[in-house]
Amino acid sequence: MAVLLSPEFPVGRPARAGGDEDASTLAGAATRRPIVGSVHSWDLSTGVDGPGTRFVTFLSGCPLTCLYCHNPDTWRMRNGKRTTADDVVAEAAKYTTFIRAAGGGATVSGGEPLLQPVFAGELLHRYKHELGLHTALDTSGFLGTRATDALLRDVDLVLLDIKSWDRDTYKKVTGRPLQPTLDFARRLADLGKEVHVRFVLVPDLTDDPANIEGVASFAASLGNVSRVDVLPFHKLGEGKWQALGMNFSLHDTPSPTAGQVAAAREAFTAHGLYAV
Amino acid sequence: MTATPAEATKNGGAWDGFTGGLWRDAIDVRDFVQQNYTPYAGDADFLAGPTQRTTAVWNKLLSMFPRETEQGIYGVDVKTPSRIDAFEPGYIDGDAKNHKDLIVGLQTDGALKRAIMPNGGWRMVESALNAYGYEADPGVRDVYTHLRKTHNEGVFDAYTPEIRACRSSGIITGLPDAYGRGRIIGDYRRVALYGVDRLIAAKEADKARLGEDWATETVIRDREETSEQIKALNELKNMAMSYGYDISGPATTGREAVQWLYFAYLAAVKEQNGAAMSIGRIDNFLDIYLQRDIEAGLITEEQAQEFIDDFVIKLRIVRFLRTPEYNELYSGDPTWVTWSMAGIGEDGRPLVSRTTFRALQTLYNLGPAPEPNLTVFWDRELPAGFKDFASKVAIDTSAIQFESDELMRPKYGDDTAIACCVSAMAVGKQMQFFGARVNVAKALLYAINGGRDEKSGKLVVEGFTPIEGEYLDYQTVARQYDAMLDWLAKTYVHALNVIHYMHDKYAYERIEMALHDQRILRTMACGIAGLSVAADSLSAIKHAKVKVVRDETGLAVDYEIEGDYPAYGNNDDRADALATRIVHDFMEKVRKHPTYRDAVHTQSVLTITSNVVYGKKTGNTPDGRRAGTPFAPGANPMNGRDEHGYIASALSVAKLPYDDAEDGISLTNTITPDALGRTPRERIDNLTGVLDGFIASNGFHMNVNVLDKATLEDAMRHPENYPQLTIRVSGYAVNFVRLTREQQLDVINRTFHGGL
Repeated sequence: MAVLLSPEFPVGRPARAGGDEDASTLAGAATRRPIVGSVHSWDLSTGVDGPGTRFVTFLSGCPLTCLYCHNPDTWRMRNGKRTTADDVVAEAAKYTTFIRAAGGGATVSGGEPLLQPVFAGELLHRYKHELGLHTALDTSGFLGTRATDALLRDVDLVLLDIKSWDRDTYKKVTGRPLQPTLDFARRLADLGKEVHVRFVLVPDLTDDPANIEGVASFAASLGNVSRVDVLPFHKLGEGKWQALGMNFSLHDTPSPTAGQVAAAREAFTAHGLYAV
Repeated sequence: MTATPAEATKNGGAWDGFTGGLWRDAIDVRDFVQQNYTPYAGDADFLAGPTQRTTAVWNKLLSMFPRETEQGIYGVDVKTPSRIDAFEPGYIDGDAKNHKDLIVGLQTDGALKRAIMPNGGWRMVESALNAYGYEADPGVRDVYTHLRKTHNEGVFDAYTPEIRACRSSGIITGLPDAYGRGRIIGDYRRVALYGVDRLIAAKEADKARLGEDWATETVIRDREETSEQIKALNELKNMAMSYGYDISGPATTGREAVQWLYFAYLAAVKEQNGAAMSIGRIDNFLDIYLQRDIEAGLITEEQAQEFIDDFVIKLRIVRFLRTPEYNELYSGDPTWVTWSMAGIGEDGRPLVSRTTFRALQTLYNLGPAPEPNLTVFWDRELPAGFKDFASKVAIDTSAIQFESDELMRPKYGDDTAIACCVSAMAVGKQMQFFGARVNVAKALLYAINGGRDEKSGKLVVEGFTPIEGEYLDYQTVARQYDAMLDWLAKTYVHALNVIHYMHDKYAYERIEMALHDQRILRTMACGIAGLSVAADSLSAIKHAKVKVVRDETGLAVDYEIEGDYPAYGNNDDRADALATRIVHDFMEKVRKHPTYRDAVHTQSVLTITSNVVYGKKTGNTPDGRRAGTPFAPGANPMNGRDEHGYIASALSVAKLPYDDAEDGISLTNTITPDALGRTPRERIDNLTGVLDGFIASNGFHMNVNVLDKATLEDAMRHPENYPQLTIRVSGYAVNFVRLTREQQLDVINRTFHGGL
């Protein structure tokens, strides 16, 4: 993959047990160094980061620079807070009673969680096995190759952003190529892993019917996509761009109309997909 | 067991088909309900819409509301001090011969026309009249200023100078409140089940028993009160008779059951301007009658719904004459006609019947409204069909509240109802002495300033010295705060004892107490405001550095915080434990002081809309809150300090111990629709899940508003487009456009939990 990633963490570096940033060795649990990651924040959310009420961990750092990103403050790993997996899991553990009664689980999101695959994998593993929660991984799929099969075994559901089908549009939106996401999607299909596809509908950017149709037919071809979320573009994150001194290029772009959103959903349902 | 032929004849067939025996021999409505109600585990598909008649009656009232909103009141009878049978019959639209009401009865002789109730206090009546442009009647004034003493006059006769000082500084508010104490729920069902004569006979028997006891002050008071109750029951019969109904015997049909029950409630709201005139737990009771009529082919579902709709219309137009100061505290003209429903019975059957659904359905048939204050006792074991419907109604109307059946049932049993917002009591067996509230945030400032008021500079509390030094030391502040809360608890219970002594003496709730057992449990309901401000202030002092800014007289008037501190509302024990501690400690302190009539001490963490006024009366606080800024409502965390969403915030609140706040802990959440899910079905499932999770985590109460901020902003600009926009605030619902502008802004400025 000849792509340029954030300087904090070059893509070529293999993930190791014991931390994404620390070159520790595999040792006995007693002497194991704590697994540390860069965490932007955690939150409890309902109905937006996977099914039900979920403990959502937002990891810092993202290789993509989506024009419509509503969390540009999660882009740089060094802006996150270095946190041990123990601390994050302890926080999540406060909510297991609630989540078990409410229905839901835990979601590892970002940024791009696969930028810190060992840390993300550790969280997913412990959410699933220690806390007994349903797990979801919210990813663009761009770094899908970093998700080991072991990591994916600890994921019950992948929330996969397919930001466009048209390669040039994808590049324009994200600054990165599309292919890794498609490869990851295929791999998830081969593994039979449940996927919810997310597609952000942005007028004059991602709303070309052919672009939507491409995503829809691809998603339908996978066989493991149980739901598609068509997310209408909004500008609620614009203030964060300004706070970071960055130019929000979609300042003049309107949110899609209800009709546009309905038409996009229809493009997915026409392929037999459940789209909301 | 069915009615004997003799009984059936005597009762005109009223009890035909009913089973069980205990309730026949003694006044025991719970037993009757348990033996006869039909639990309903289905969904909402059976419900009927409004009839044309229902819609016409409601539209008539809708056409009257704008004048009421504009003028403050629609009208008032200045000449007639209200009594149960003081007024001629009144109808919403028409007269005795020709009207559209199915369930009849109004508080006065005209809809929305208010009555004066001067037993509470003459000055309140006169200032309320003047505020709305009316003159008091000289004859009535003469009676209540020279001949007949009022509750308020009695209270001020017995207050100490210290209590008066607390009253003017605002560290204790509602001394006395500008209304009757309220929070007494008559068991209005008794009138329908037994008829008034049987209830009078039972009271006569009580009185005869009391006649055998030696004449101590307690026994004499009980005898006098029982006699007053009997008089009130006779007045109730007269009042019903003026509408053409003889309610001396039991109700025989569904419609009569609704009518009899309503007459009983109506008598209460004709007699008492109570803070909260709650109606109890009535849906399963009424369902027994409606179900019997439906099964006999006497009425259809549409008619059953129509009775409930018409009854609810009556409950929506209960009105009291109150002063503008009252409105500042409790905005939107609330009456707290709290209607408690659902939960699980002691035998495991859900306390849900078709009429439980019908009650919620009124919010669709008539549109949303704040009253009656529909209160769902949530239990994880409730049937899915009911959970779904309740969640749907909450999402669609923001008009209902949820309270934990799982916490209440073990303490109060399964015939429990909420009075007001969050105060649970066993119906007909328990009453509450309610009034006044303390400001624990201001008490912290008093602790720092050695008893001087931070706004006036006056010394309110003797015997304390100000805390010195540039920075506040946590141990020092905590010690002095503890001592200040000791003083506050003592002064507070002292004042409450005076208030309730005088209320019993001069404004006794005759008809409400006539619908209670003779021997009842009384609670002394204390309450605290400013919990989150006090907890965050202590957290700032403990976890960050707080520098004191003093004026030239040495009075601490501001605070500078250096560093961060954990705030209450993030499910973080470092802060939450401080809030829990305040609740626990204050309860312990209150318990040290004996109460009037040996009432059991309780407290609530509840402000209703008074959080705005409390904030106004409190200076800068060490948590960084600016002087005058509203407190968070009830037990809510301060706006914007809960950084991890409403669930983390709710779990902080859920840590407050119910055992130390048996009078209730109020939490209000405002959530945008997209924060519950992306489709209507998902939102229902997710809200049901959130409620299950909250109750599983020992949460007590949750108001749920599902609204966009933009809607509220638009309603402020164009109130005429939102006549029925309803929003829940701490413990009740209000018509948003009837809030004061200040309170509207407070609601809008509160945290909206979005789904970004």
